[in-house]
Amino acid sequence: MRAIHPFHGGVHLAEHKTESTGTAIGWMSLLPRYVVPLSQHIGQPAIPVVKPGDRVLRGQMIGRPTGTISTAVHAPTSGIVSAVEMHPVAHPSGLTGLCVVIESDGADRAVEMSGIDWRNLDPAEVQAHVRDLGLAGLGGAVFPSAIKLQRGNAARIPTLILNGSECEPWITCDDMLMRERADATLRGAAMMRHLLGADTVLVGIEDNKPQAIAAMTEAARQAPFPVEIVAVPTLYPSGGAKQLTRLLTGLDNPTGKLSTEIGVQVFNVGTAYSMYRALELGEPMISRVVTVTGHVPRPGNFEARIGTPLRDLLAAAGGDLPGTTGHIIGGPMMGFDLDDARAPVVKAVNCIIAKRVEQFPPAAPAMPCIRCGQCAQACPAELQPFELYWYAKAKDFEKTRRYNLFDCIECGCCSYVCPSHIPLVDYYRFAKSEIRAHELDAQASQAARERHDFRTFRLEREKREKAEKLAQKATTRLDSGAVAEDDPAAAKKKAILQAAIERAAKAKVATTPQNTDNLSPTVQREIDAIEARRQAAPDDAAATGRQPTEAP
Amino acid sequence: MNGSPYTQSANNSVRITMIKVLVALIPGIAAHAWFFGPGIWVSLIVCSLIAIFYESLALVMRGYPQKPFLSDGSVIVTAWLFALSVPTLAPIWLYAVGLLFAVLVAKHLYGGLGQNPFNPAMVGYAVLIVSFPTYMTQWPAPLQLATHMPSLANAVDMVFAGSGSISIDAYTLATPLDTLKTLGRAGQSGTEIFNQPIFGLIAGKGGEWVAAAYLLGGLLLLGNRVFTWHVPIAYLASVALTATLVQAIDPSQHANAWFHLFSGGVMLGAFFIATDPVSGSTTPLGKLIFAGVAGFITVMIRDYGGYPDGVAFSILLMNIAAPFIDTYTQPRVFGHAKGGKVGK
Repeated sequence: MRAIHPFHGGVHLAEHKTESTGTAIGWMSLLPRYVVPLSQHIGQPAIPVVKPGDRVLRGQMIGRPTGTISTAVHAPTSGIVSAVEMHPVAHPSGLTGLCVVIESDGADRAVEMSGIDWRNLDPAEVQAHVRDLGLAGLGGAVFPSAIKLQRGNAARIPTLILNGSECEPWITCDDMLMRERADATLRGAAMMRHLLGADTVLVGIEDNKPQAIAAMTEAARQAPFPVEIVAVPTLYPSGGAKQLTRLLTGLDNPTGKLSTEIGVQVFNVGTAYSMYRALELGEPMISRVVTVTGHVPRPGNFEARIGTPLRDLLAAAGGDLPGTTGHIIGGPMMGFDLDDARAPVVKAVNCIIAKRVEQFPPAAPAMPCIRCGQCAQACPAELQPFELYWYAKAKDFEKTRRYNLFDCIECGCCSYVCPSHIPLVDYYRFAKSEIRAHELDAQASQAARERHDFRTFRLEREKREKAEKLAQKATTRLDSGAVAEDDPAAAKKKAILQAAIERAAKAKVATTPQNTDNLSPTVQREIDAIEARRQAAPDDAAATGRQPTEAP
Repeated sequence: MNGSPYTQSANNSVRITMIKVLVALIPGIAAHAWFFGPGIWVSLIVCSLIAIFYESLALVMRGYPQKPFLSDGSVIVTAWLFALSVPTLAPIWLYAVGLLFAVLVAKHLYGGLGQNPFNPAMVGYAVLIVSFPTYMTQWPAPLQLATHMPSLANAVDMVFAGSGSISIDAYTLATPLDTLKTLGRAGQSGTEIFNQPIFGLIAGKGGEWVAAAYLLGGLLLLGNRVFTWHVPIAYLASVALTATLVQAIDPSQHANAWFHLFSGGVMLGAFFIATDPVSGSTTPLGKLIFAGVAGFITVMIRDYGGYPDGVAFSILLMNIAAPFIDTYTQPRVFGHAKGGKVGK
């Protein structure tokens, strides 16, 4: 038995798991239309590689990854691209996102898919493959998986943790996946293990999922590599990556560092399953298991294609029952309100809960904080939430930062236990976004200041060069004896010119050489062109600190 | 903004916390009524009504809604702690003055619930003991020693009319702490002092049982997780340790640890006043320092100071230091090397 290393705080919650575990994972019939957002992951949105009117096949890449942190997006079925447009997406902000809309042709024809020889290929090649197949973490953070398979500076990452904790109430997609697809999940783990060079593979599952633990234990027994299935006590948020790492290894992830620094990499079990589908079968991430639960007639789990409009997913569970007051995407602790049910299933959507007022009553009115400290006792990050609240409310963001605001994982334990019913996490989100906005502002003004300094320098230089040239000309004229020595006016002029020459020479000495001196003619021409455009550009470009853009 | 979490723990509110505190005070109040007469009920009710009046007035003046703030119960807790700290059967104006400072000055002038740097009940008490010391020593005599135990009717009379059918000497008696102080100053030896009839098994007659009942109520709150163990344990341990050290230096003049623990306001202070989260320290180490130093000051005032008891002043003094203590005792945050001063 592996020793469990408890984390600080946490809360016991009403589980509401059995509502959606009564039936096997269901399959949805093909829908006439899918809406696939290009930004489903953390990092740079994928760039659309299809245009309206294009025919696509299931599994065809429709958005290509760009930049360091990105991953691809694929068509969930075959059909015709009807639009690449802004569309409501499932996001806390309620804003729209760029989506590829695909009208199904009903044939559901797939591109040719085949696995790769991941054991023998160069790891970088496998990672590129994972990126092109659109893999992102299915636990909720949707971090591109390819990056998490890199070893970084380490020779290897000794410990691989699969997160099957699923500590949020109501959500059961990982539970059902482990019950039904334990074997394939561990095959995915084998690939991750190989790429990371891990020797220890641990699967953490909360002990309220005995069937999943049994299925995984059986699969582990038959796996060709050592893997330990560890039951962890049911205590929210045991499924937080840092909390689970602590539970299973006793190691604390240092703040601001990647878990690989302590030799640990954590993947969600669903991601491991997708890894198997991707590398063994060549299938991109075009579907995932989603829990549909709450106030619906037939709650359960569904293998939903990415791009499935959420109202169609709800319909698969029988649709909203009368008295539904709204929907939560994700769990009740960390999820968010769905604004528009036309928004599609994306890689991050693990659950949709139809709310009714009995189970999700409106929040009680907030009373003043009495500093009782229950939040600090519940906080798994070991913060002092009431201090953070105090300073966030006062907009003293420097203090919130000093009280380690950015170690907050927004798990909601503090808000849950607060006797004054203060929406604490809302305050932390507010403070974090204000600080980030402030940082962006600071960066922009720094850039603006640098541009301004350069401009001042350039104007100075031009003035100086002009003066020098004039002086040169005048000297040449004087030397040629065009002015009589005894002419007082000319003598005065000459003296003035002489002084100007001296000043110019002095200025030249005083000015340290810049990297803009001694430019090659080509570079100088480019700079001049940029300057010309800048002069032509409206003033607000400089005021708002935007980088001058290339003319369209 | 109204984001996640969309669920909150049931049966948890400021009001429920306050009701727990009030319920936990009842054993002590009952013991008080048994040993010192039913007058305590009169002062509790009178103080509650006065405090509610002040609270309501403050809410009107500050433009706050009445219902949520009056029903949070915090002002009743202040009123009860105040009533249990000042002599029972004092004239009503004394309560009115004390609570004026407790509720209007210490609480609302500083921003109301959750904002007060000082414990309101203790501010009320401190104002009275500084301003009206004579009234503040007139505690009822315990059952075993009273020549006349005031009835409820007597009590109402005394509180509202300021005098009653019985003379003040008939029902009041110097408290054990007073006795210790005055006789000690008069040069009597410890043995002589502790032979006085006011002393009981380990502390004052009656008073020791009231203290025991507060201890019981306090342990109930601790078991209910209304507060953590740090403050009461550190406070009591520090009182006991300091008393023992002082007695070791001069055994003839000073009482032992048991006496200090079970007399005056120590038990009430340890579990119900020093644990006030608003005015006290909030970090685990901070709580230990806060309560530990308060316990030391309590005994120092008792043994060497001008006042018979030091609970209120020690806690008020440490209230001043609480924010400072908190700043330097921040616990380690998950994933950080160590805790300590904020912003290091």
